[in-house]
Amino acid sequence: MTQMDVQPSETGTAAPTARTPVIEMRDISITFGSVRALSEVSLRLYPGEVHALMGENGAGKSTLIKALTGVYTIDSGTVLVGGEEHSFSSPAASQAAGISTVYQEVNLVPNLTVAENMLLGREPRRFGAINVRAMNRRARETLTGLGLDIDPASVLGEHPIAIQQLVAIARAVDVEARVLILDEPTSSLDSDEVAKLFEVMRRLREQGVAIVFVSHFLDQIYEISDRMTILRNGRLVEERMVSETSQLELVKLMIGRELEALERLDREPPNTEAEVGTPVLQALGIGRKGSLEATDLELFEGEVIGIAGLLGSGRTELARLLFGADTVDTGELTFRSERRRLRSPRHAIDRKIAFSSEDRKAEGVVGDLTVADNMLLALQASRGWLRPIPQSTRTRLVDEYIQALDIRPADPSALMRNLSGGNQQKVLLARWLITEPEVLILDEPTRGIDIGAKAQIQAKVAELAAEGLSVVFISAELEEVLRLSDRLVVMRDRRKIDERPNYDVSVSDVLEIIAGEARSEQQPEQQEETRA
Amino acid sequence: MPESPTLVQRVVRHQLMWPVLALVALLVVNVVATPTFFNIRMQDGHLYGNLVDIVRNSAPVMLVALGMTLVIATRGIDLSVGAIAAIAAAVACTRIVGAADEGAATTAIMACTYALVVCLLLGAWNGFLVSVLGIQPIIATLILMVAGRGISMAITDGQITTVNNSWFSDLASGFVLTLPLAFLVAVGVFLLTALLTRRTALGMLIEAVGINPEASRLAGVRSRTIIWTVYAFAGLCAGIAGLVIAANTNSVNANSLGLWIELDAILAVVIGGTSLAGGRFSLTGTFIGALFIATLARTIPNIGIPSELNYLFKAVVVIAVCLLQSPKARAVFRSRRGGPTVPTGPAAPVPAKAGSVA
Repeated sequence: MTQMDVQPSETGTAAPTARTPVIEMRDISITFGSVRALSEVSLRLYPGEVHALMGENGAGKSTLIKALTGVYTIDSGTVLVGGEEHSFSSPAASQAAGISTVYQEVNLVPNLTVAENMLLGREPRRFGAINVRAMNRRARETLTGLGLDIDPASVLGEHPIAIQQLVAIARAVDVEARVLILDEPTSSLDSDEVAKLFEVMRRLREQGVAIVFVSHFLDQIYEISDRMTILRNGRLVEERMVSETSQLELVKLMIGRELEALERLDREPPNTEAEVGTPVLQALGIGRKGSLEATDLELFEGEVIGIAGLLGSGRTELARLLFGADTVDTGELTFRSERRRLRSPRHAIDRKIAFSSEDRKAEGVVGDLTVADNMLLALQASRGWLRPIPQSTRTRLVDEYIQALDIRPADPSALMRNLSGGNQQKVLLARWLITEPEVLILDEPTRGIDIGAKAQIQAKVAELAAEGLSVVFISAELEEVLRLSDRLVVMRDRRKIDERPNYDVSVSDVLEIIAGEARSEQQPEQQEETRA
Repeated sequence: MPESPTLVQRVVRHQLMWPVLALVALLVVNVVATPTFFNIRMQDGHLYGNLVDIVRNSAPVMLVALGMTLVIATRGIDLSVGAIAAIAAAVACTRIVGAADEGAATTAIMACTYALVVCLLLGAWNGFLVSVLGIQPIIATLILMVAGRGISMAITDGQITTVNNSWFSDLASGFVLTLPLAFLVAVGVFLLTALLTRRTALGMLIEAVGINPEASRLAGVRSRTIIWTVYAFAGLCAGIAGLVIAANTNSVNANSLGLWIELDAILAVVIGGTSLAGGRFSLTGTFIGALFIATLARTIPNIGIPSELNYLFKAVVVIAVCLLQSPKARAVFRSRRGGPTVPTGPAAPVPAKAGSVA
């Protein structure tokens, strides 16, 4: 082993030591157009380990997986399989080398039987016809080998999604996989089902399979994984033993800041006087199955609430429930003392709530319409089609916001799809400001946009809050959340774990809250105190 | 401001440039085949000639295509328009035949109004299936496409119903201000549609829903109402077309009236530059597309194509027009010729997508 990076430790539980990695990816770079998606990333997988691949959105996890499974072609770098150089030109080539993938969404055929799914394309034959008995027998053997009691002759679609996922894994194992990639397999499973999955994973690990595990749930990572590789912005941060890395360290490595360097930037003292009177928006125990546990939130006039949390922590899900983009299963929402069930975004907009989605392209931009039409869409929608906005008002509003937000090109008739991400984001911000909202929910409004546009958007949010607008600000960048918010809500594993005034809170404090929750048992009580 | 494009560039990049070019080319072919093709004469205060026939015959397809344009702009499609046209004709004709005074103007007006209300309801039914029940448009409208023929058969008892009402026949063969009434009706609906979509915010909201339904929903657009409205409107347009067709023969044959007109209408929409993928739509494009279809129908006998090759010829012309409109295909031709590359720009946002959808 000639590399300088961390050697798998001798002390680690299931640590592979001096063995040859079953897969080694060295200095992998992938470029899409002008965007460098991966630069010189390395990954080593040893037989009989669960290897967690960690990183925030855009870190390059899925790009790396797709490079390994032959979906993307590698621009530079080498892939060694069992010490020999290989290049995967297609998914089939990767599969032939013993690499199997189970994706988040089960991609099997629901109306075939379990056995048919497991052996699809590789059915045992007899005189040219499929030998059903042999097929069921072989499937049963594989399933029993994994400790699963599933009838191979039953129809796959009749099983819950968790079982289907296990069947997908069984299928992968039957191909005699040496490497099994599990991309977010637990995101739709409940805790019993997760336990079952982990049991199967442990069994496979004993059999010498190398498992790549991707999950947003830190507890699960710590429960099952032996080593991990951490990526950030398309680069390798570090390869670590899980047992030697605290959750706090891990979160820091993923988000990528040195603690000391991170003291808070200049900002106005938090606006604590805001919390008087009736809240503009009050959520009592709102939740939705599979996306958010019951959560309380109060938002006062002129206040900025910052929501911090990792991807998958429930931050986006909370925002969507507040706006009625998704409907709540439990709990209730109150708007200025009016209790109301939101069945669609219209109901929220009628109550002066605005929401800018994190998925700009799919849920914000109307690419083939002009900048002006995009800006006026929400206002026009609430006026109804029969009452078009008068031309003079149109021109005034559009010009005003193009100037105020410095949108470029400053051409109202430019097509939205031709604008840069930052300018599109400003147009979307304008779309909502034009409706004169009382509550503005911004989910990742500065993601993937250049520094200049970012600063302008931040400044505008601060200015609006000073004028009395209430803002819910969500961002993966903790500095940004801390700089803008008066009150801080921290989320993790689909629930709120902390809420406090943003007074003397540093990024490292937030990181500790995010990471520390699982380590300390007294946390639930503390939480009660904060709420009281 | 970027440098303003020259007049030539503006014309070349205009989205209507290719449909217009195709129409002009077709007319030129006709003039070459028959030099007197453009001749128009005045007789009894009416205009007669090939061109007059073309605009008159274009009316049904144009009417259906106008409604279809809006439906397609919302990412939908309406296959039931032919059947709805047959129902309109069946309802109107049986009402006229059954009326106390078969030849009276009021009889014709009442019968037509009655038929159009029925069509509006049928269109609303399609809209209900698509927007409320969320059934895919092609399936939802297929239901009425099949059932509608049956309904019109039931209304006419399976008989060819002949009417004798001069006011009704005028809808197809009448002239107003020297021009065929059928064409004027189509133009009227065209202007009304343009007014309705472009003078209100309806057009923009339809396009927003067609381009990005989820973004529109989150912006608070009531897409359900909008989708419902366009299907109801398409039903109404199909009904008017059905009346014009029935008036032309003074009869209704529920089996054949308006058969396959949905396909001609979709063709007119696509030739006019509206993408089947939804989004931006061009009513003027559809207008020209419908004229193109009618001209093509006239061209076939005029240049002496044997009737058995009729459909084949039509298919070849349509393929040629589609290739002409596709920026990709144009780029291929250009690079073969090694000519200078003109920026494809926003010339026709449509056909490339249309191709990829189909």
